[in-house]
Amino acid sequence: MLNMKDISKVYRTESVETHALRDFSLHVEEGEFVSVTGPSGSGKTTFLNVAGLLEESSSGIYELDGRDVSSLNDNERSRLRNEKIGFIFQSFNLIPELDIFDNVDVPLRYRGFGNAERKKRIERVIDIVGLGSRIKHLPSQLSGGQQQRVAIARALAGEPRFLLADEPTGNLDSEMAESVMQLLESINAEGTTIVMVTHEPNLAQRARRNIYVRDGQLEEAVPDLQVAAAL
Amino acid sequence: MFRYYLKLGLLSIRRNPALSALMIAAIATGIGACMTIVNIEYVMGSNPIPHRSDVLYYVQVDSWDPNEAAVDVDRPPRQLTYTDGTALLEAREARRQVLSYMTWRVVEPEDSEQLPFQVQSRSTSADFFPMFDTPFVYGGGWDKSADDNGEYVVVINKEVNETLFGGEDSVGRTVIMNGDRYRVSGVLDTWDPMPKFYDLNNQHFGEVEEVFFPFSVSIAKELSSNGNTNCWKAPDSNGWEAFKNSECVWMQLWVELHGAEEKQNYLAFLDAYAESQKALGRFARPLNNRLNNVTEWMEIEGVVADDVQVLLGLAVLFLAVCLLNTVGLILAKVMRRAGDISLRRALGASRRAIFVQYIVEAGVVGLVGGFMGIAMTWLGLQGIRGLFGQSRMIDHLVQMNWTMILAAIFLAVMAALAAALYPTWRACRIQPAALLKAL
Repeated sequence: MLNMKDISKVYRTESVETHALRDFSLHVEEGEFVSVTGPSGSGKTTFLNVAGLLEESSSGIYELDGRDVSSLNDNERSRLRNEKIGFIFQSFNLIPELDIFDNVDVPLRYRGFGNAERKKRIERVIDIVGLGSRIKHLPSQLSGGQQQRVAIARALAGEPRFLLADEPTGNLDSEMAESVMQLLESINAEGTTIVMVTHEPNLAQRARRNIYVRDGQLEEAVPDLQVAAAL
Repeated sequence: MFRYYLKLGLLSIRRNPALSALMIAAIATGIGACMTIVNIEYVMGSNPIPHRSDVLYYVQVDSWDPNEAAVDVDRPPRQLTYTDGTALLEAREARRQVLSYMTWRVVEPEDSEQLPFQVQSRSTSADFFPMFDTPFVYGGGWDKSADDNGEYVVVINKEVNETLFGGEDSVGRTVIMNGDRYRVSGVLDTWDPMPKFYDLNNQHFGEVEEVFFPFSVSIAKELSSNGNTNCWKAPDSNGWEAFKNSECVWMQLWVELHGAEEKQNYLAFLDAYAESQKALGRFARPLNNRLNNVTEWMEIEGVVADDVQVLLGLAVLFLAVCLLNTVGLILAKVMRRAGDISLRRALGASRRAIFVQYIVEAGVVGLVGGFMGIAMTWLGLQGIRGLFGQSRMIDHLVQMNWTMILAAIFLAVMAALAAALYPTWRACRIQPAALLKAL
């Protein structure tokens, strides 16, 4: 599903070079649920951005779903993001002036689906996340947990093969975090590959596989998650 | 997708009402100032007889002072002498020709209860009405035989007909002017060409005459012109005959010519006529005969004043300043929404999609600005009316027609799109990952 080999990402300014990822290699199988942990600034989000085609790597080979995506142009990357990848962000990133229906509709608009197809998909995913009765509500009228459910519905609407979650429960209390986690697990059980960045060891442990990032590199042995979280 | 972008544009305006209002105000102010002046220039320079302006030619022959041009350094006099006007009229070398001049008459109503009143009148020839395509309520113009026979016939306008005959069909009835009885041949419907192209020597935006009667009658009655009369040398003696035969110019001749060949032939005829006059000791200046169609003649006569051109330049500059402000405002708006753009890019929007979204939004702002600009233009025109007072010319200049309204909206939308190009380009450059964490 996802195959990274010797990926490096360097941010350059006039005077400073920052190596966010160094020779980063990772293989994720289809249907896996992988958690990514590591200290702040270790390169977790950079890895997620490169994996999600939000940023280009400086070097290395990245294959997504069997296709080399390292050298795609901006349009092709946009199309691939839209078709194959779903994103879930820590701060939900809903558009405040759009209601729930229209927020979920955003990626489908760029996909070019017709009205009927979009409506069918939106209603289905909103039902999956349990917000069918809130479809015309604005994000500001929902709790944090509900907003994250809308973000998950938006990520699912395009039926992506690959879901990237950047600290999806970071802004939620434990009860809401648990419900979101259960939702992600059920989505994974349906066959969607999930890669989740988290600082929370107990959530990371629920993934089928944990990887640990330090100084932009994947560490061979995953340290004890409680210790890793404290780093 | 266009409807989707339109909806996003309207939502964006609602989301940032203050910034949006400033953008709309900047565009509306620029458009208002610009269109106020454009409107005046447009009305001043508009073609008063578009369907015939290419076949109507104003005739000039250079009968002027051998030592000095009549106008500027090389232009012939604006009008013709009686000698030349009548000779060219009687030659009938064009399809149609009309010689005319302006005079005043006093109408004496048959009803003794009504007081006599003065009317502005035009002494002219039969072709005036078909050549200038004048509309009639009743009857029509007179025929050539009336010219030749010096018949006392008259065409009156609707207002005079209303005053004298209560608006009834007055064809065949009698109008008494300065003691002479004229038979009404027709009543003009509303006819108000702006500018008054057929006589630009007097007032560019003067009123159309109330009464028209044969040139042959006015000459027989020894009626001089109430318009401009210019002489480069004094008549040989006093009296009507001396004036008629003098080098004073006071008549206007228009001819109808179709196509370049007819025009060329008529110019050749004018040159031959000038040569014949040289042989008689007149026309001491080099050959300088001219034919200009309606729009050319309007341009030569400077119907659109130079001041207006300067004002137009200033108005366009002002619009440019307003647009520069709009660029800044749109840029500020785009930068405020960088997170939104970043998110859309992450969710699959291409750069092109972002570009179109923001261009459509700018178009919406421009459209609203255009409507506001029309209101500002109306205010500007009312301001001009207030400044210069009410007159027929000002009333005419300060009116807005649909062409100008549509032009204002089009200009506003185009201006907004132009102003949005740079900010939208910047929006397209925002990376999908740039601000997702910051949202």
